[in-house]
Amino acid sequence: MRRARLGFWLFLAPVLAWLVLLIVLPHLDLLVMSLRSGSGSRASWTLQNYANFFGEPIYWLTFVRTAMYSVITTAITFLLAMPVAFYIAKVARVRLQGFLLTLLLLPFWVSELVRIYGWMILLRESGVVNFALLKLGLADAPVEMLYNDATMIMGLVYTSMLFMVVPLVSAVESLDDSLIEAAHDLGAGRAAIWWRIILPHCKPGITSGAIVVFMLCLGNYLTPNLMGGKNSLWFTEQIYNQFIASFNWNQGAAFGFLLLALSSAIIWIGLKITGQKLGEVAS
Amino acid sequence: MRKVLLLLLLALVAVATTAQAETLKLLTWKGYAPKELVDKFQAETGIAVEVTYSNNEEMIAKLRATRGAGFDLAQPSQDRISSVQEEFGLYQPVDFSKIQAELFIPSMLEAVKKNTLVGGKSFAVPFCWGTSGLIVNADKAAGATSFKALLDPQFEGRVSYRLKRPTLIAMGFALGYDPFALYADPAAYQAMLDKIEQTLIAAKPLVKNYWANGDALLESMRSGEVFVAMAWDNGGWKLHAENPAIDFVAPSEGALGWIDTFAIPAKADNVEAAYKWINFMLRPENAAVFTSAENTPTASKDANAHVVADVRANFERSFPQATIDNIKWYPPVPASLEAMEGKVLDKIKAAK
Repeated sequence: MRRARLGFWLFLAPVLAWLVLLIVLPHLDLLVMSLRSGSGSRASWTLQNYANFFGEPIYWLTFVRTAMYSVITTAITFLLAMPVAFYIAKVARVRLQGFLLTLLLLPFWVSELVRIYGWMILLRESGVVNFALLKLGLADAPVEMLYNDATMIMGLVYTSMLFMVVPLVSAVESLDDSLIEAAHDLGAGRAAIWWRIILPHCKPGITSGAIVVFMLCLGNYLTPNLMGGKNSLWFTEQIYNQFIASFNWNQGAAFGFLLLALSSAIIWIGLKITGQKLGEVAS
Repeated sequence: MRKVLLLLLLALVAVATTAQAETLKLLTWKGYAPKELVDKFQAETGIAVEVTYSNNEEMIAKLRATRGAGFDLAQPSQDRISSVQEEFGLYQPVDFSKIQAELFIPSMLEAVKKNTLVGGKSFAVPFCWGTSGLIVNADKAAGATSFKALLDPQFEGRVSYRLKRPTLIAMGFALGYDPFALYADPAAYQAMLDKIEQTLIAAKPLVKNYWANGDALLESMRSGEVFVAMAWDNGGWKLHAENPAIDFVAPSEGALGWIDTFAIPAKADNVEAAYKWINFMLRPENAAVFTSAENTPTASKDANAHVVADVRANFERSFPQATIDNIKWYPPVPASLEAMEGKVLDKIKAAK
């Protein structure tokens, strides 16, 4: 018994060290920083950094915008990923399944930066898509497709697709085919089967996928910055600006914590609305 | 026994680290340590150079995070040194007995000494300099000779600039202010920033994008997507070599002149190597290698004779004497201004 305990702690130690040294301690440091003003000997305790967020419309509006676009992205990603996941899990043959999942994984073998630049090469005014449109006579003049919100959302959906499909595939896979067949036999239509059987069964998968995608979008920096262009102030960029451009680490740290708190709150509200518990989703 | 073993191991580690080749950890801008010179330096001194690329803001953030450790030599711009030195103490004073002053253009060495003076000591020596102004495609936007061209409706959708402080300064000059004279008066500076904010938000529909990456901007100019941009002179000259219609134009308000320096972080490990690198880079033939490759003049006094002809031609074309005299050199930035500017830049970016 005692030996087993020792073993347990021995194996837990690296994980604990990792969590405490690399996650808890830096966050505590940031928390302290966010509650102070100035630096060095002139520092004093204050809540001003948090008050700034609510007092200055530019800051909280940017957050609202970021959160709204993240929700939209999550919804679109779900709508696209659900049929894909269903096809992979239920319709495709076993050998094709692995191939299709690999296809989904493939883009992630290159870094996000490269993927985004790839999109920029395709979509820019002198880019590949415009070249094709002009050659085919579908457009008279090149169209600028970059630097607007629609393109940015497309980029975000593209980056998050995989993180929605994978939990959905495993959720759909665990659904017993006989349930669908029974519903057919009892005269349910396609819509009813989706609405009453498949979606309720996949709820935990949908929720975990949605949480991951939402958090990824909210914390994304590259895609909004490069594809969104001139209007797309993302909240992460504001944090970067506080740290790097304004040298105001205290304000940046406060923004970081607000991002953490507000995004957790949004997810909590989402779980409440759909009547789920985090424990069920995780299991 | 165990203790002995442990001691042995420690001794071994110590020997291993000292036996390793000496290195110089350099925090600098892209292009500031050409491979040719890094190799030559290693052959001469046996010191390997480890280069990390950065920009002004990230350099300060990196050094601030470690309170001036991790690098042996940094290259911030001269106007960004005194305020961070006062506040965070990132650098150590320059020991001028180890600097070969005869290699430098005297006036530039003096100017940088004066501008980086904190508590009676200077914290940097000059390395290279350049300006930001306009890059203009003369086929599409002839006659763009002022920063006001960035606000001109006839170039709608064909304008690009960075959302960084140089753009605010340029707009200040374009709107008839003297931003540098207002540095000492935060209230008046804020008033100027408010006006600039309105102007740039109103001009937003004209902008193609706010560029963040120099290569990406050059690509937009090259492909004809952008006609007028605010950018550095060497980018314009690079494009001029490919397409004679595109060139750098020093605006009538005066090009904005920067000087990048050498400054030694407070907790540098290898200070001796840092001084060796400084003196090495300022040697005329070495400085000329850098200038020829990067189109960027240095503070080295006699380098000009060694610079390749077309690089010299660029310079003479864009900078007749009157234009040089009109360059607006950045004075040291007081600390409080940067927070004010940051907010204005955020507002411009977020505006519809």
